Amino acid sequence: MTDENLKRTPLNGVHRELGGRMVDFGGWDMPVQYPAGVIEEHMRTRTAAGLFDVSHMGEIWVDGPDAISFVNRLTTNDVNQLVDGQAHYSALTRENGGVVDDLLVYKFADDKLLLVVNAGTSEKDWDWITSHKTDEDNLHLSNACGDFCQIAIQGPNAVGIVQKLTETDLSAIKYYHFEEGWVDGVECIISRTGYTGEDGFEVYADPRYAIQLWNKILETGNYGSDGGILPCGLAARNTLRLESAMSLYGHELGDDITPLEANLGWITKLQKGDFIGSDVLARQKESGLTRKLAGFEMTEPGIARDGYDVYIGDEKVGTVTSGSPAPFLKKNIGLAFLPPDFANFGQEIRIDVRGKQLSAKIVPTPFYKRQK
Amino acid sequence: MSNIPENLRYSKDHEWVEVEGDVASIGITDYAQHSLGDVVYIDMPRVGDKLSAHEAFGSVESVKAVSEIFLPVAGEIVEVNDGLNDAPEAVNNDPYSAGWMVKVKMDNPGEADAMLSAVEYEEYLSASA
Repeated sequence: MTDENLKRTPLNGVHRELGGRMVDFGGWDMPVQYPAGVIEEHMRTRTAAGLFDVSHMGEIWVDGPDAISFVNRLTTNDVNQLVDGQAHYSALTRENGGVVDDLLVYKFADDKLLLVVNAGTSEKDWDWITSHKTDEDNLHLSNACGDFCQIAIQGPNAVGIVQKLTETDLSAIKYYHFEEGWVDGVECIISRTGYTGEDGFEVYADPRYAIQLWNKILETGNYGSDGGILPCGLAARNTLRLESAMSLYGHELGDDITPLEANLGWITKLQKGDFIGSDVLARQKESGLTRKLAGFEMTEPGIARDGYDVYIGDEKVGTVTSGSPAPFLKKNIGLAFLPPDFANFGQEIRIDVRGKQLSAKIVPTPFYKRQK
Repeated sequence: MSNIPENLRYSKDHEWVEVEGDVASIGITDYAQHSLGDVVYIDMPRVGDKLSAHEAFGSVESVKAVSEIFLPVAGEIVEVNDGLNDAPEAVNNDPYSAGWMVKVKMDNPGEADAMLSAVEYEEYLSASA
């Protein structure tokens, strides 16, 4: 079953050879899981290493003297605080304080930034960003979505595996920093970032070398042996990020959800100066939130899923944004928007699971935090 | 290719039935477990529940999704597989044996005969593929 209209990463054929079950993910033909299954893929990433094709993510270059001031005007985090070779998590905000997309901002130099955005929103992001460039902005924007493959290698063994393939001293790359170097002889951006809650790297390279890099990393990570690296699909990517309570655009973030509501106050730098929506966010911070994101775990058998209603007594107080079994924690967990008064740790809530109200309680997030 | 034992009867909702006298053991097919992925929880009916044919008797939850399971034949639940509470993965690993879900005392034992044979179910799968 192939759909001609779906976009494919350079690793599409490799996923099929590995037995990946392909699904339509935001217009991309992507593996949701491989034969090992989502639980094994999830566990292997927590205990050894997992390999993810994230080439569907979008990339945008911002080049020119006004690169920093421009991106600072469009995003919540403070680009002035980045040093060369550092990246940060940020959000593109709308005038209403809602989020166009969440993204990573990489600083190569004062006049060279790379924005990495979500796959399903990359066209919307490109339109948004280009439409906010004025004649006074001395910079050039280029849509580099087709210029990169992106491979994430995550887990406690990730550093050791990649180190065997590069002369770059990986121990010198701190979390949320990156270096340009060579992996298996291929020129790469080696970024110590990820979306799993584990240590590891996201490696960006010319898409022509995607298959070489993918296969070399699998081989070096002893794919096929007990405790070796496993290729992981979107299902494991989702459960790993949810255990780590990382937001997923379209669930915890959206055009009508502000970063403050989504617990992203830590990337919302209101003191840095004006940015799109900053006035609304400042007022929201001043007057207090009417809803905020909270983590919960089920206290009786049953699984909350995205979109289920949350009740206290007879009153509907919120909605589940992401809910799933947590394979490593062996609990059923989720995130939900709730009035702040009902978002305190230990608060008991009930979730309407297809007509049955099941008990859950609010717990601290992240649900999972790796041992350092 | 899915495993489809010859001695069982099948529904278009991908349940299987094994008949012994007027009692039918019921589970989901290899095709169904494969489509669902790793099963983590099964919501089962209670012994004594009386259900009509094609009524949902519970749900199977995998990591990714939840799927209702339908009773292919009308009757009374006489046994549920409590072993699945601790080992839901049996539905994946052994869907036709350790992964059975409920036993039903059929109101009309002839109802199972009207279900798909193994050959018919295989044809149904290839037609809908």
